[in-house]
Amino acid sequence: MSNYPANFRYTKEHEWVLVEGDTGTVGITDHAQSELGDIVYVDLPQVGSTMTQGETFGSVESVKAVSDLYAPVSGDVIAINDALAQSPEKLNSDPHGEAWLVKVKLSHPDEVQPLLSAEDYQSYIEG
Amino acid sequence: MVSKVTQHPSQNEPLLFERSSPGKKGYQLPPLDVPAVDPASALGSENVRDEVAGFPEVSEVETIRHFTRLSTWNYAIDLGLYPLGSCTMKYNPRVNEAAARVDGLAWGHPYQPESLAQGAMEIMALLERYLAEITGMDAVTLQPAAGAHGEFTGILLMRACLESRGDARASILVPDSSHGTNPATARMCGYEVVNVKSTSRGLVDMEHFRGLLNPSVAGIMITNPNTLGLFEENITEITRLLHENGSLVYMDGANMNALAGISRPGDFGIDVMHLNLHKTFSTPHGGGGPGAGPVAVKRLLEPYLPTPRIVQEDDTYRYDYNLPESIGRVRAFYGNFGVFVRALAYILAHGNGLRNATLDALLNANYLRAGIEAHYTLPYTDRSLHEVVFSDAIQAKNGVKTGDIAKRLIDYGFHPYTTSFPLIVPGAMMIEPTETEGKQELDLFIEAMAAIAKEADENPELVLNAPHSTRVRRVDEVTAARKPIVRWEPAG
Amino acid sequence: MRYLPKSDSERLEMLKACGLSSLNGLVAHLPPEVLRQQDLELPPGKSEYEILDYFRARGDAMANGYASFLGGGVYRHYRPVLADVVVSRSEFLTSYTPYQAEISQGTLMTIFEFQTMICQLTGMEVANASMYDGSTAVPEAALMAARITRRGRILVARGMHPEYREVLTNSVKHQDLPVAEFGFDPASGEIDLADLESKLDDTVAAVIIQSPNFFGIVENTKAAADLAHRHGALLVSVFTEAVALGLLEPPAEADIVAGELQSFAISPSYGGPFAGVVATKMAHIRQLPGRIVGQTTDLNGNRAFCLTLSTREQHIRREKATSNICTNQALIALMATVFMAVYGKEGLRELATQNLAKAHYLAEGLERRFSGRFFNEFVVRCGSPDALNGALLGEKIIGGIPLGRFYPELADCMLLCATEMSRREEMDTLKRICASRSESVLAKSRV
Repeated sequence: MSNYPANFRYTKEHEWVLVEGDTGTVGITDHAQSELGDIVYVDLPQVGSTMTQGETFGSVESVKAVSDLYAPVSGDVIAINDALAQSPEKLNSDPHGEAWLVKVKLSHPDEVQPLLSAEDYQSYIEG
Repeated sequence: MVSKVTQHPSQNEPLLFERSSPGKKGYQLPPLDVPAVDPASALGSENVRDEVAGFPEVSEVETIRHFTRLSTWNYAIDLGLYPLGSCTMKYNPRVNEAAARVDGLAWGHPYQPESLAQGAMEIMALLERYLAEITGMDAVTLQPAAGAHGEFTGILLMRACLESRGDARASILVPDSSHGTNPATARMCGYEVVNVKSTSRGLVDMEHFRGLLNPSVAGIMITNPNTLGLFEENITEITRLLHENGSLVYMDGANMNALAGISRPGDFGIDVMHLNLHKTFSTPHGGGGPGAGPVAVKRLLEPYLPTPRIVQEDDTYRYDYNLPESIGRVRAFYGNFGVFVRALAYILAHGNGLRNATLDALLNANYLRAGIEAHYTLPYTDRSLHEVVFSDAIQAKNGVKTGDIAKRLIDYGFHPYTTSFPLIVPGAMMIEPTETEGKQELDLFIEAMAAIAKEADENPELVLNAPHSTRVRRVDEVTAARKPIVRWEPAG
Repeated sequence: MRYLPKSDSERLEMLKACGLSSLNGLVAHLPPEVLRQQDLELPPGKSEYEILDYFRARGDAMANGYASFLGGGVYRHYRPVLADVVVSRSEFLTSYTPYQAEISQGTLMTIFEFQTMICQLTGMEVANASMYDGSTAVPEAALMAARITRRGRILVARGMHPEYREVLTNSVKHQDLPVAEFGFDPASGEIDLADLESKLDDTVAAVIIQSPNFFGIVENTKAAADLAHRHGALLVSVFTEAVALGLLEPPAEADIVAGELQSFAISPSYGGPFAGVVATKMAHIRQLPGRIVGQTTDLNGNRAFCLTLSTREQHIRREKATSNICTNQALIALMATVFMAVYGKEGLRELATQNLAKAHYLAEGLERRFSGRFFNEFVVRCGSPDALNGALLGEKIIGGIPLGRFYPELADCMLLCATEMSRREEMDTLKRICASRSESVLAKSRV
């Protein structure tokens, strides 16, 4: 069951962030996609917009539900995953890899430290 | 055992466009009795299109077969019980349709002179009066086009009234059992939404409610009976506390079928409410509309009602546009007049016997509840009014959810109940039979629900893959949403 | 009572099953102060015959036997018999919104056909399953434009239907979307492009025009679209007379089209129920309000239809919903669908051409107020519209809509409409009375 990469950090709202240098890659967790069911649409911010930790930056939709996306970190959006517009199903098949959502230039790198580790996240969702 | 239905062949039918062939016609216009006009010279050639590309060309015979065949692919009240909770799918009397088609009414133009519109104006004035009597309110506008539009109008009225006191206030309380239109409406009128919790009995949590009251609360949007089919027993206290707080009380009248002739919202402190003529007052749903959402108010909100209002002077009706405090129009013309005719015909048919219809609606709901209770979980056990909400908790242990049971009901010859609402009941199964069902139909439904419970226990796959007897099986809603195909296009 | 299918003995049996002995037991748990003790003050229930008699008498107190030249958003067009035949089918009339696709394919497929034909008529790529009416479709289009552009101001043509403008302003009032108007050219009656341009800036979400406009005049949609787009705003094109689309170029340059389909076999019915619609480009489908039907397949791979993109709706988004609307006008839209099928490609064009010919015949010899090109409505200057209408009523003719209530500067004008149902002799009578009145006015002014 250890399918949560150890180098990611996680939120209780089921987003993950991978920090490489001053860039954070953000996505939703495998648990989130499985709870949502078949994902049919992803609404992402525009490149150049700013996101703030804890606030919504977009949403994901299944046939009968919508979930807001909460930013795990703050920063400027430098890339979005365009492929998801055509193939939202990738969020179901590869949420920790190919189906990342946005890349952010971190404005407050210290925000990352308090986020959940893979182990903590796993026990959070199992608890 | 399936007692209610037997399968029989159903005709296949392509789209109109696939029936089309150049030159086929379903129309003939009379000869023109004035000189012909060249479109290009009258309108400018740059403004005239060559053709409506792709538009169908079919004959009259094919047209009627097309739509008749398609009609047989639908379920309908006229085929049997349609127990959608909170939708009040009752019999739609056919005399209502005949009344709405009376020539002078059906061909009435909204701008024809008032002297030649007295018949329509009398119908509207009488309907307003009867709705005020049934709700215990003082004045009614018929203008809103549907329930949600009525909600919007009602909250605009509240806002206008509060603004006239100098403070529109900031928030509206909405119980967590409410329909999704309530919070959406509050937002559209510029209010923040504050959720009120329900108790374990499914009623407004009075302690939580009291704690939320403060000077920024504009009012509440409350549904009574609520979406669990339960009467809010503290309603008088709730309205009193809000009024003391300087707030107003909006009631969502979606469930008025439980109260007509029994209890009047105006008498328990409601300031403004909407009615769904397509629910309580029997006008047909028509596959999703038209409806009508009149709004009834107490005297203090009357000055703000939309323009125009009908006034009677001696034996003559006229429109009053001079209403300086009015919120103005919310719709062109006077509302869905054809729906008013049908609703008034319904009220005339029951007259002061409306109470008997309500009691039968309550009887039917409680009878179904008694018949089904042994097989499904009943999360809230207070006496039901017009509808009852079960949950799929027992069946879900076997992987069978409310949506699956609903689909299996189709094989038994019924339309499903409302699934997954209200949100406070996980796996909700919301059942409203209405008064226009007889005992035999209800017994068949009870038999079907019992049989499905047994299947869910012994052979869950049968339920999970339902329906089995329909012309299309479960449809792929995921692909429909991922790759939307929303219009026909010629092949190639 | 004939709508209550139970005998008293069945009621007793059912009560027993509920553990009750009387119907009053069903409400015994309600707080006593809310229970009504006396009957409602309504008359005794009436028979079918009495009900029809009542409504027939009210119908007689209307305009039976009068010819009419009223338009202004509601048009007298012939209604093919099939429209009522189809909507009277129980399966269409007495069904609910088609959430259960497996037993609603009939309604779903007719809506898919409706959406397709609206796209073909308007030059748009996706249409919703219909809305309440034209007037309420306009604010929905405006809000949609605001979401797409993330801007917060609307410019609307003064030549759009005055009641539509009022509904627009009132509907978006509390959503930070101020509405301003731009004028029409006093000579042509077309939109004043210079006025529009002077009011456009990069805060404008949408420019809203109507074509043919309230005066019946065909607008230059392309020029308006160019101006709007140059400032990053969307163009919303509105129609109230759907028959015009049979002949006029579709407003394909617009980003959103909002309209009213009453002309398509929907009874005038004293102003409703009607069916509105909003259509747009595929790029904006996620922002399109209302229901949408999509094509898909079932478990066996067969073609099937279902409601789709429903997560945009209020029952899922609650306070985050973009609109609180949860009905369309399926049955009314079905009338329009049958109408489009009956007339078809050639018929709709022929019908529009007849309307054009009748209106131009009626206009001939009357003093038109505006020079712009018109379809089946036009404004005439006639001194006192009320006096002229009074004289016409004497001939059992309902004249035009006096415009002073909506446009003070046009107090001496009325809006006349002719359709395929207008007879030549009625039009001749109207013209004769107009002529004799203006002669008598002239005669008076000479004295």
